[in-house]
Amino acid sequence: MRRLVAAGIAVLGLAVAAGCGGGGTTTTQATGGTGTTAANPCAKDQLQLVNSGKLTIGTDNPAYPPWFGGTPKNPWKVSDPASGQGFESAVAYAVADKLGFSKDEVEWTVVPFNNSFKPGPKDFDFDINEISYTPERATAVDFSDSYYDVNQALVALNSSKIAGASSIADLKDAKLGAQIGTTSYQYIVSNIQPSKQPSVYDTNDAAIAAVKAKQIDGIVTDLPTAFYITAAQLDNSKIVGQFPTVGTPEHFGMVLQKGSPLTSCVNKALAALKGAGTLAQIQKTWLSEKASAPVLQ
Amino acid sequence: MGTDARSVTIALASTVVFFTVLILVVTNSPGWPEVKSAFFDPGVFKDSFPEILRAFWTNIKLFCIAEVFILVFALFIAILRSLPGPVFFPLRALAIAYTDLFRGVPTILLIFMLGFGAPALAISGVPRSPFFWAVVALVLVYSAYVAEVYRAGIESVHPSQDAAARSLGLSRAQSLRFVVVPQAVRRVVPPLLNDFIGLQKDTALVALIGPVETFRQSQIDNAATFNFTPYVAAAVVFILFTIPLARLTDWLALRSRRRRVTGGAITA
Repeated sequence: MRRLVAAGIAVLGLAVAAGCGGGGTTTTQATGGTGTTAANPCAKDQLQLVNSGKLTIGTDNPAYPPWFGGTPKNPWKVSDPASGQGFESAVAYAVADKLGFSKDEVEWTVVPFNNSFKPGPKDFDFDINEISYTPERATAVDFSDSYYDVNQALVALNSSKIAGASSIADLKDAKLGAQIGTTSYQYIVSNIQPSKQPSVYDTNDAAIAAVKAKQIDGIVTDLPTAFYITAAQLDNSKIVGQFPTVGTPEHFGMVLQKGSPLTSCVNKALAALKGAGTLAQIQKTWLSEKASAPVLQ
Repeated sequence: MGTDARSVTIALASTVVFFTVLILVVTNSPGWPEVKSAFFDPGVFKDSFPEILRAFWTNIKLFCIAEVFILVFALFIAILRSLPGPVFFPLRALAIAYTDLFRGVPTILLIFMLGFGAPALAISGVPRSPFFWAVVALVLVYSAYVAEVYRAGIESVHPSQDAAARSLGLSRAQSLRFVVVPQAVRRVVPPLLNDFIGLQKDTALVALIGPVETFRQSQIDNAATFNFTPYVAAAVVFILFTIPLARLTDWLALRSRRRRVTGGAITA
């Protein structure tokens, strides 16, 4: 309901803005680079930013490990994105660094998942929030290239009937759950195809509560989150296994305004980080080894 | 006669102008193409509508089962609260405490508490099904509201009705059963339906504990496509259901008014 209301307000806001701005001169920022030689469009002073001079990065609150780390500071809960700790925080600062922004010039803003793809202007330069790329989604927003290739994984209590599952076929009668808005849910529906309708929760926390209440047998989530759940959130639980990639590998991308000139710059930065081995290093530091979870064929 | 026609014309013209201006302002706004494709994408609508309609079956089951219990339970609470005399004070106090508590508690909290909390107690014989606990939560909350509607109905029946019934030799219970409650319930049919429609929309809260109903299905499609049109599809489903219901209540109210009038004419 809250989301619908928020969307409604956004529409009203746009209508009002349109009414006021009608007939006036357009206030679109004039593009820089008037020189004869083509200026580097990714130079720091050429970037069109939400707040000039600052790189504004969005993610959802609470910010969970292993994506974010550090001691939470208001308004953040669980972790602090500005800490530089945790995989996504480290990647964000590495990209910022490549774009020429010091740590002090990076500002974090709370962007709930739905707000990352609402129509109209964004209040972040890019959003990094474990968002998987899909072609449908890419019609509404820009995605950066991959900063992490994702595998889905299954978490269950040690006492669960699916704790010993070794293949997808063993999950046919399982009641599975996933978080809303995740490709994990799509993976259940498209690839696991259990006989019982999967349950969908607002958060992984709610899914964990449902496991505790014995309402579902297991949670499907991305592998790093699965490690976090078993280590910190759900006692006596285990990663039953990770799921094989079906079709094109799933990856996380940063979300930007559709058609944003910043997208290619972020991609250049990511390519440089990949080339130098920095991204692999960050991944090794913050995310557990994929190899340590068995694959469910 | 002339003034009437003039008023109608003015009303019509002002309505047309108002909506034309509104539509023009919205559709000519710089962001309209983007908003249009985000909220009114025919392709997304077509893809998501069948699934959303199917998910509505869960809502129908929820509000139909819950409504039956609500109507009975709320009447019981309302009658408790209407009991006269000092002897019944504890029951009245209980009924007041109940309505105060459950009108005040956020439905979300109750759904989480019962849906996740009650099964987690692991008491044998206690159902685990989120659907079951969702119905219980909705019945508890809505009974508090509906009890107040009933009470208003009961209090609107003139005390002389009860006095007349008692003087004819009916017991207090009989007077309540045959004289007061039937009149009270008829009078509150429209507000009861209002609460019923509210209940239908609140069945969406049940998605919090897992079941995929209309609203959750639209959220899933919304997240899959980054497009908000599935919510519009859900709205269409709900509206298709509530409008006929509203007309039905209008008709019921009209019928009971007509009966009252003709009934009065015959006895007179």
